[in-house]
Amino acid sequence: MNKIWVIAKRELSTFFDSLIAYILLIVFLGFSGFFTWLYGSDVFLTGQASIQPFFAIAYWTLFFFIPALTMKMFAEEKNTGTIELLLTKAVTDRDVILGKFLACLTLVAIAIAFSLPWYLTVWWLGPVDHGAVWCGYIGLLLMSAAYIGIGLFASSITNSQIVAFLLSLLIGVFFLILFQVLANSVSGFLSYVFDYLSISTHFESITRGVIDSKDVFYFLSIAVVCLVATEVVLSQRRLLDR
Amino acid sequence: MNIRVDNLTKRYGSQNAIDHISFEVKSGEILGFLGPNGAGKTTTMKIITCFMAPSEGDVRMGDYSVLTDAETLKKRIGYLPENNPLYLDMPVIEYLQFSAAIQGVPKEQVKGRIREMVRLCGLDKEKHKNIGELSKGYRQRVGLAQAMIHNPEVLILDEPTTGLDPNQIVEIRELIRELGKEKTVIFSTHILPEVEATCDRVIIINDGKIVADGAPSELRKQASGAEVSRLRIEDGNPNSILEKLRTIDTIALADYNGFTFTVESKRGETSRREIFKLCVDNNWVITEMSPIERDLEEVFRNVTMG
Repeated sequence: MNKIWVIAKRELSTFFDSLIAYILLIVFLGFSGFFTWLYGSDVFLTGQASIQPFFAIAYWTLFFFIPALTMKMFAEEKNTGTIELLLTKAVTDRDVILGKFLACLTLVAIAIAFSLPWYLTVWWLGPVDHGAVWCGYIGLLLMSAAYIGIGLFASSITNSQIVAFLLSLLIGVFFLILFQVLANSVSGFLSYVFDYLSISTHFESITRGVIDSKDVFYFLSIAVVCLVATEVVLSQRRLLDR
Repeated sequence: MNIRVDNLTKRYGSQNAIDHISFEVKSGEILGFLGPNGAGKTTTMKIITCFMAPSEGDVRMGDYSVLTDAETLKKRIGYLPENNPLYLDMPVIEYLQFSAAIQGVPKEQVKGRIREMVRLCGLDKEKHKNIGELSKGYRQRVGLAQAMIHNPEVLILDEPTTGLDPNQIVEIRELIRELGKEKTVIFSTHILPEVEATCDRVIIINDGKIVADGAPSELRKQASGAEVSRLRIEDGNPNSILEKLRTIDTIALADYNGFTFTVESKRGETSRREIFKLCVDNNWVITEMSPIERDLEEVFRNVTMG
């Protein structure tokens, strides 16, 4: 656990030393703030004390921003060779993966936490469904965990950050849109499977204020499956090829 | 900690990067790992440092095997990979702190270890800069510092002196020699004088196989075989001198290039006394007689060119 934190801390300080963290925070808050307060079905238009518009827009912004965070995680280290240095230290592959995962999740959590003043402002404007808000935040975190898993996996199979970025968007777009489309275009059991795989199904039910263990399990299992896959990819180098 | 490499093989597809090599390095020994580019040096080192698994064979250090005890071993190995990859966006001190923490150096010792490394590797002036701002020589020192931060028993250095200027090379070699007194050191290079200057033992590897193994002086002896001398003889006609030289029994070959004579004795024979006598008898003056030593360069060419 200690080693995981050492790695996470280094990644986090890299985020903040470079401009990545600040750009992410500003753009994320800028975008979601714009749509929550000023444009489209914002608070003033709907006349309701609700920050549902924020969740709806964060749902999309995170889809783009998380791959931008995760793309360099392994691709850059493989490209510069530092991965060799890192993995020959007294850590397991799993420590490294979990450390990087934790760093990304922490940064996303910080970004999301910065939107709490909006919640407080809306609360000041009128009655808010507090349960739904907190569920929404938990939903965002869970969804982020799933995206980070996907992003880390994409980053682990290539040396190129751009490829990693595009690949995680590609995988993400399946969960975000395509599974939903597929679910609507087929019927029967397959439709059920695709519907289950679609992120929106689970995210919507959480933001409505219902935390179902099924939905939690869904997001966590995407994250876990991707992290395990990442570990398998990293362990390729140690396979005995006979 | 002893290192025993046993029948190590690594295949990439159908190609053997290393092919059943075995050798042993004792504690306190500095082993120079020599070979042309692509001979398998780096692959061997990657296996010893538990980064890759072998296709066959095993490496044991003390009682541990790279196949089963990677976690234990990694704590005891310091590694400087080829091309010295580092996090260029990190300040030197922070990077050393990170390396110490990740290698499990106890918190209360971290400061002391870093101070020690900064002193040992001469990083004092540069310690607050980002690694990316450092010159190649200083980066190399950071690479060495991170490899030694946890005081490992085994040091694996993959071409530690590439890209350094001559002064830095001398410094790094001295550092390696100093470290080699108490640690087991394996370092690879394709620069031959480096091996002679630093190592107790040399292994030459070519095409994945060990082609020579021994102390640098032994290897040189192996290669030299016959005694070869360069002579400058004055006060005589070169042609007649050459003729007379060729009459000496122990001389296999004699040659004149317009300035100096090159004389090769038969294997196991020495002819310097005979030459001296010959010159005295004929009233010629020897102004130079110097042995031509075969250096490792030649050993290397002999064993790697086939």
